[in-house]
Amino acid sequence: MFRDLYYTIFDFVRTFGALQLFFLRLLMYTPAVLSRRFGLVIGQVYNAGALSLVIIIICGLFVGAVLGLQGFSNLSRFNAEDSVGAVAALALVKELGPVITALLFAGRAGTALSSEIGLMKATDQLSAMEMMAVNPIRRVVVPRFLGGVVAMPLLAAVFSMVGLLGAHMVCVPLLGVDVGSFWQQMQQSVEVADINEGIIKSFVFGVAASLLAVWEGYNAIPTAEGVGRATTRTVVLTAIVVLIFDFMITAVAI
Amino acid sequence: MDTVSDNLIEIHDLDYSFGARKIFNGLNLTIKRGQVTAIMGPSGTGKTTLLRLITRQIVPDHGVILVDGVDIATLNQTELYDLRKRFGMLFQNGALLTDLSVFENVAFPLREHTRLTNRLIRHVVLTKLHAVGLRGAADMMPQQLSGGMARRVALARAMVMDPDILIYDEPFVGLDPISMGVIVRLVRRMNDALGISSIIVSHDVQEISTVADCSYLISKGTVAASGSPDELNNASSELVRQFMHGMADGPVAFHYDAPDYAEQLLGRDAE
Repeated sequence: MFRDLYYTIFDFVRTFGALQLFFLRLLMYTPAVLSRRFGLVIGQVYNAGALSLVIIIICGLFVGAVLGLQGFSNLSRFNAEDSVGAVAALALVKELGPVITALLFAGRAGTALSSEIGLMKATDQLSAMEMMAVNPIRRVVVPRFLGGVVAMPLLAAVFSMVGLLGAHMVCVPLLGVDVGSFWQQMQQSVEVADINEGIIKSFVFGVAASLLAVWEGYNAIPTAEGVGRATTRTVVLTAIVVLIFDFMITAVAI
Repeated sequence: MDTVSDNLIEIHDLDYSFGARKIFNGLNLTIKRGQVTAIMGPSGTGKTTLLRLITRQIVPDHGVILVDGVDIATLNQTELYDLRKRFGMLFQNGALLTDLSVFENVAFPLREHTRLTNRLIRHVVLTKLHAVGLRGAADMMPQQLSGGMARRVALARAMVMDPDILIYDEPFVGLDPISMGVIVRLVRRMNDALGISSIIVSHDVQEISTVADCSYLISKGTVAASGSPDELNNASSELVRQFMHGMADGPVAFHYDAPDYAEQLLGRDAE
């Protein structure tokens, strides 16, 4: 049993070290990719970002609407229903926006990245690039990683914005909260520091989610089963890592 | 007598293992400049692995591989990529980039490594596609192609940079007889007209015989026989005769190692 435990820990440390080296390699190639292959990055921002917009907008709208309902019903116990706009905004900008977007991003864009890179590996496309003297990390992995890193904070911003609209739609026309109080209380209580916290979180989650997605894809066992497993691991690992990072960043920010 | 410059690739004393399985055991092999060299052998003898070793996609456990007299193990990444620009490789399954059209697949090496104008790239790509008979498929996507067509596109891509050395991994599998004849002649013609060297891995004894200058038969991790197709056809060795004439009985077993058939059917092997 101790032997198994030893090997599990040994494997974990080795994989974690390899992941860090892989991350450093991505960072090392980033300036060259940004300066010479900017078009590839833009294409991947479109793939990871624009193509995820539908799911982000629909989910953002309903999360905001639920926040409005819950906020109204709970705050009305303290006769503070006018503050529902402020509560919804703080919850969305600081917490729900970045976290839920990251989880949705892992499900929509992360899985697409992992399976695409994994299948390219399984069908010898990465080897073919190597043989054409084209570095697949530079040509395939880095643009996808950067696309995800850029897209994630933008998606989180869209999520929060649409969420506020959802909260507004429920609270103002349906539940009769005063439109002036809704927006004014929000404006008064949300500070730049809160928005910065949300931006930092969404950026960190974007790096984590994109890194794990391309890492899993690049290291997938080149079979149908291996690619499937890599895709699943991307979602599971991203969810765990995002929630741990969320706790750490919140602890530091507060 | 051969001079050193006649030898394009030299492999000395090569060992390579995949897990616990030994693939090569002291393999020695020389590929001559300007010739079509065939590498043949029963399934699972590591022919594709040998190509991957020659192009340093994988590294041997022991032994030296010299390309133009340079030990490829000593090259750094830039030097390795410079060397690979001299290679064109046709993968077994084509390995076309699935997000690019046929035209863009063939143009890919040119766009990555040259500063040619779009007009010039178009000319070069259409010329190569014409050579493999697929100029009309330039706008198709790889998933719309049959296996044989995909391999022909991959061949066009392999030769688009006018390499010094063309490597073919099972180029004849899945081709109809017409395409096969054209491709066989194309391999020979390109080799002679452009003065390049070709390495072909194949099981296809008949086709290889018409195109190769020199063949190596690999078995059990080492070179079992070598020579011109005629020499191999007339060889006295049992293994060579079995392989060249496709005989079921001989030193190479058709069946993978297994317990006794009757015992296994009766369920006694588990006892």
